[in-house]
Amino acid sequence: MAAAHEEAAAWSEEAARRVWGGAVPLQVHLHDADVTALPPPPPFLTLGPRIGYLPLLIPVIKAHFSNALPPGVDTVWFEYKGLPLKWYVPIGVLFDLLCADPERPWNLIVHFRGYPSEILSPCEGEESVKWSYMNSLKEATFVITGNSKSVMNMSQADQVALWESVMKGNLDGYKNISTRLKLGPFEEDGLIRTASTERQRQQSSDEPESPGSGKPCRVPVRLYVRGVQEDLEDIEDALPVRDWEIVSYINRPFEIRKVEGRSYITLEHALQILLPEFFNSDTQTAGEVESAAGDSDTMNPSRSSQEVEPASASLREADITKKAKVKLVRVQGIELDMDIPFLWVANNLRNPEYYLHICVYVATRKQ
Amino acid sequence: MGGSPVGDGTLSLDGFNTSAAALVKRWKEIEVDDFLPDWTWKPCSKMGAPSEVEGYLALEGVYRGCGGSQEQIDENDNSDGADAVACDTWVQSSSDNVHVYDFHVVYSYSYKVPVLYFQGHRSDGQLLTLDEIKHNLPSNSLKVLSESKWTFITREEHPHLSRPWFTLHPCATSDWMKLLLEESKVAIEEQSLRYLSAWLSVVGQAVGLKIPLELYCN
Repeated sequence: MAAAHEEAAAWSEEAARRVWGGAVPLQVHLHDADVTALPPPPPFLTLGPRIGYLPLLIPVIKAHFSNALPPGVDTVWFEYKGLPLKWYVPIGVLFDLLCADPERPWNLIVHFRGYPSEILSPCEGEESVKWSYMNSLKEATFVITGNSKSVMNMSQADQVALWESVMKGNLDGYKNISTRLKLGPFEEDGLIRTASTERQRQQSSDEPESPGSGKPCRVPVRLYVRGVQEDLEDIEDALPVRDWEIVSYINRPFEIRKVEGRSYITLEHALQILLPEFFNSDTQTAGEVESAAGDSDTMNPSRSSQEVEPASASLREADITKKAKVKLVRVQGIELDMDIPFLWVANNLRNPEYYLHICVYVATRKQ
Repeated sequence: MGGSPVGDGTLSLDGFNTSAAALVKRWKEIEVDDFLPDWTWKPCSKMGAPSEVEGYLALEGVYRGCGGSQEQIDENDNSDGADAVACDTWVQSSSDNVHVYDFHVVYSYSYKVPVLYFQGHRSDGQLLTLDEIKHNLPSNSLKVLSESKWTFITREEHPHLSRPWFTLHPCATSDWMKLLLEESKVAIEEQSLRYLSAWLSVVGQAVGLKIPLELYCN
């Protein structure tokens, strides 16, 4: 028992080191319009930490291109195949989402002019990234414990040290401070060792409560759902993302509830709850779809157009639900098996702000 | 079940939808000023299919004068049309100073509270910057904004539109909504119904959106 627990702890440490050490090879090209020297400068090769953010790379990129930059100062931004990249999304998530077939190195274009402020939130360098991270951490803390007090009550020194650890990829420094937030790990029974849980236990010693009255624990999850062509055979043939509007960003926690007949929650089960419209596990629904398809085969040509319309409408709906299915799920660059325990994924593959970022590729009809 | 209990200041998704429908209905019943449009419910769509459960509230096309434009209009009235050139000048400067705002109320699954997103644009459609929006904020909000730049009003991605909108940070909403609802001693079901109206009384003030008092009369 104790040995098994220690072994699990060792695996968790190994997973954390791999997540924190994960990096995407980047080849950064200077945008043609921003080149002021001939010949154009060579692209800049670097590693982008998966759990890091693009704006944090700007100082070294600026140094590399310093001889070819236009005069003056403007907000720096990045682009991939015409799509401005959201700086507040971790690098690894952008890569997993936008490169259907992982592109190594990942070719990005850096711009020093023309910030697309109608598409991207403003970015004032490291300070913006830090606050984006801290606000996400506060949000995750609220999801897990029901309030953000453990983050709000951090000392200024601890906040700075925590952010420095994230910025530098310092896992040990991060753990020194983050363990004090008491935000994990999640367990199958929905309990979690948090400050509020301890407080509840103290309260329960004073005032006996009815069993099971505690609020169910929630897991912070951010989903990025991308549509790919329905007839896709190989993932590398997916059309590139041209517009952020075709990506559904879903910021929704997963509520841990004990499911009858299951010893643990699978990734598939969690996704069924978070993305119900993309899973047709209900046999009754499948039966209805089949019967709808059957009706079309036996449709009488003498039937009036008014009667035909509802049938075609229901067929269209059946088509949508039938064709919209999950092709691929990526977390930290790993294509996960649907049977993997969800809470293991949440505990071991999450980002430093305690969010589990899940990229989902869904087959859809062409729009 | 009309909605979950709101003892902790939070609101369930069902409660949000119910409260939103109540607000839309109530807003139409009272006689709001002519310059205030109606709240409308906008269902959100994913992968092209509209959702029956998810959506957000929208109040769009709210006109706000820039500082001083009201005085100019008053002076214009007093001029009695004596000087045609002066009148034209007043009208032109008045229209140049008009800002048009859109307000959206979106449910946050994380914080289990409504969140206000808003943006403004000039008559030519140009989006307003934060500095321009400050002209329409009350002095209290300007003070908080100068002290808490990163955690009060910021530009964040609108959850349904994937574009940057100004937003009020929701991390403290459940705390002050709990206090606000504790004061009103009504049944739990009705609290859920009145949640958005009560929330709007605080949030509207923070962004200079005047809410008619009739909204709160029985």
